Amino acid sequence: MTDADAVVSLENVTVLYGRSNRALSEVTTTFGRGAVGLLGPNGAGKSTMIKSLLGFVVPTQGRMRVLGLDVAASPVEIRARIGYMPENDAHIPGLNAVSFVGYCGELAGLPRADAIQRAHEVLFYVGLGEARYRNVDTYSTGMKQRIKLAQALVHDPDLLFLDEPTNGMDPKGRDEMLDLIRDLAHNKGVSLILSSHLLPDVEYTCDDVVVMDKGRIATAGPIDALKQPRGRVYELRVKAPDLETFFDRLRSAGLECHSTDDDIVRVFVPGDGGARQLFELAAAGRVQVRHLRPSVPTLEDVFAHAVGEA
Amino acid sequence: MPIHDQGYRRYGGQKSRGRAWLVIVMTGVRAMLGNRRWIVLMIASWIQFVVRAVQFYLAANFSQAGMLNPTAATFRDFFDKQDIFVFIMTVTLGSSLIAQDRRANALQIYLSKPLTRAEYIFGKLGILVTFLLLITWVPAILLLAVEVVFAGNFAFLRANAYLFPAITLFALVEVVMVSTSMLALSSLSQNSRFVGILYTALIFFTNALYGVMRAVTGSSMVSWISFGNNLAQIGDLIFRVPLRYETPWPIALLMIVALVAVSALVLERRVRGVEIVA
Repeated sequence: MTDADAVVSLENVTVLYGRSNRALSEVTTTFGRGAVGLLGPNGAGKSTMIKSLLGFVVPTQGRMRVLGLDVAASPVEIRARIGYMPENDAHIPGLNAVSFVGYCGELAGLPRADAIQRAHEVLFYVGLGEARYRNVDTYSTGMKQRIKLAQALVHDPDLLFLDEPTNGMDPKGRDEMLDLIRDLAHNKGVSLILSSHLLPDVEYTCDDVVVMDKGRIATAGPIDALKQPRGRVYELRVKAPDLETFFDRLRSAGLECHSTDDDIVRVFVPGDGGARQLFELAAAGRVQVRHLRPSVPTLEDVFAHAVGEA
Repeated sequence: MPIHDQGYRRYGGQKSRGRAWLVIVMTGVRAMLGNRRWIVLMIASWIQFVVRAVQFYLAANFSQAGMLNPTAATFRDFFDKQDIFVFIMTVTLGSSLIAQDRRANALQIYLSKPLTRAEYIFGKLGILVTFLLLITWVPAILLLAVEVVFAGNFAFLRANAYLFPAITLFALVEVVMVSTSMLALSSLSQNSRFVGILYTALIFFTNALYGVMRAVTGSSMVSWISFGNNLAQIGDLIFRVPLRYETPWPIALLMIVALVAVSALVLERRVRGVEIVA
C-alpha cells in the first residue's frame, strides 16, 4: 500500500511517557481504507497510537499523517474529518442524548438545525432512538458506549477511531455494536480503525489488521492473507503427567502451541510436517493423545504468533 | 429488523470553522437560562439597579433630595455592592465549568472535535464572563442611561465623560480576573464543590491575612496580599476616587496581572485531551 492509498500513516514514531517509558517505539505502518483492526494485548500501545493521531499526545520523534494531512501541522483540520470514540466513559454532563449529540455536531461545525436533525438520525441508527430525551448521566454502560459512537458519527466523519467499542457491553449489545461497525465500514463508506484486544471483534468487523506488542508493530496486513497457512494447525487434547514438559518438547521441535479457553491446545506445525510428527513427539514423551483434529488458522493463531505467545 | 437498517446518511451540507467557542458559550448560557434558581439569582442581582434608578429619579425630580444626586462615586459604590453577587455567581457557576467536564471525561470529547484548547477555554470563560457582565457592566451602563432619561439632559454625562470607559474598563478587569482565576481552580479538580470551597477560602483567607498584617503593621501598605483589595484599589483609580489603601496602584495592578497569568498557565497545563501520569 502506498502512502497515497493510506488513510493513516506513521513513520518512525516514538512516544515516551516520562523519560524512559516507551509507549510507542519507532513505529512505522499504514492503515488503508475500510475497516482496520488495531490489535494487541493491554499496554501494547494501541490507545497511545490513537491519541497521538488525534494530537492529544505529542510524539518524541516521527511523523504522522491522517487523511493526507500532517498531524503536527493540521490537527484541527484532521479532527474536522474524523470521529473518535474514546475507550473510557466520556460524555458532556447535564445534557440529554439529543442535546449532547447535537452539541457535538455543532462543535464539529454543523449548523444548529442540521446538528439536531442529524443527532436524531444518528441516535436512531445506534439504537438509542427511544432513549434520546433521557439525561446521558442516567444511561447504562451499554447505552453510554452507543452514545459515544453517536457523537463520533454525528458530523459524518471520513475516518472513525474506535477505542475498545464493546467494553462493558452485554453479548446482545456487543453483537449489535459490531453489526453497526461492520455496516459503517462496508456499506456506508466510512473508514475506521478499531482498537481492541478482543480478536473476535476485529475478525468480525475488519478486513485488515495491525498487531501491536510492547509499543511495536508485530505484524500487519489483510486478515485473510495473514491466516493463510504456512504449515498446519491442529487442535490437540492430551493426557500427560507434566504438560509443560510436553509443550517444551513441541517447541524445541519448532512447533508453536498455545492454550485456548477449553482444555484444548492449538499446535502449529510449520512446513510440510503433519500429524505424524505430533504423534511421534507424543510417543517419545509417553503422552497419550486423546483428541487430534486438523483446524484452520484463526486470527488468534496470527496474534499468538505475532506477539510470541507460543 | 436490525437497528442499523434504519439508516445512516452521509452529510452533504457545509461545515463552518472557528465558531466552536461561540457554540460552547451559547450552549452554556442557554443551559443556565433554563435553570429557575439561576433566574432568581439574576433577578436578585438587579435589585440594586432598581434602587439606584429610584434614587436617580428622586434626585432628578425633587430638589429636596439633592443629596441623592449621582456622582462618579455612586457608580464606584454600585460595583462595590455588586461584589456579593459577583462572588455568588462565580462560585455557583464557575466552579463546575471545567470540573464537571473533567469528572465526565468530556475533555477528550471536546478536544477530538475541530477546536483548539484555547477555543475550549475561551468558550468556558465566555459563559462566566457573559453572566458576570450581565450583573456588572450592563446594569451600570443602563444606570447611566437612566440618569440621562430622568434628568432630561446630558449635563451629568458631559461632566463625567470618563464614566462610560471607566465602567467598561473596570467591569472588564473585574470579570477577567475573577473568571480566569475561577476557571483555573475549576481545572484543578473533578469536584465542583471542592472548587467552590477552595475559591471561597482563597478570598477569605487573603482578606483575613491582610486584616492581621494591617493590625500588626498598622499600615494598609500590605493590601496587595488580598485579591479583593487589589481589585478595589484599581477600581478607585479607574473611577478617579481617592484610593482606599496606601499600596501604590501599580503593585495592585501587577498582582492582578500576575493572578491572570498564573491562571492562564494552570489552564494551559490542565486542559488536555489526555492526562498522562508517567
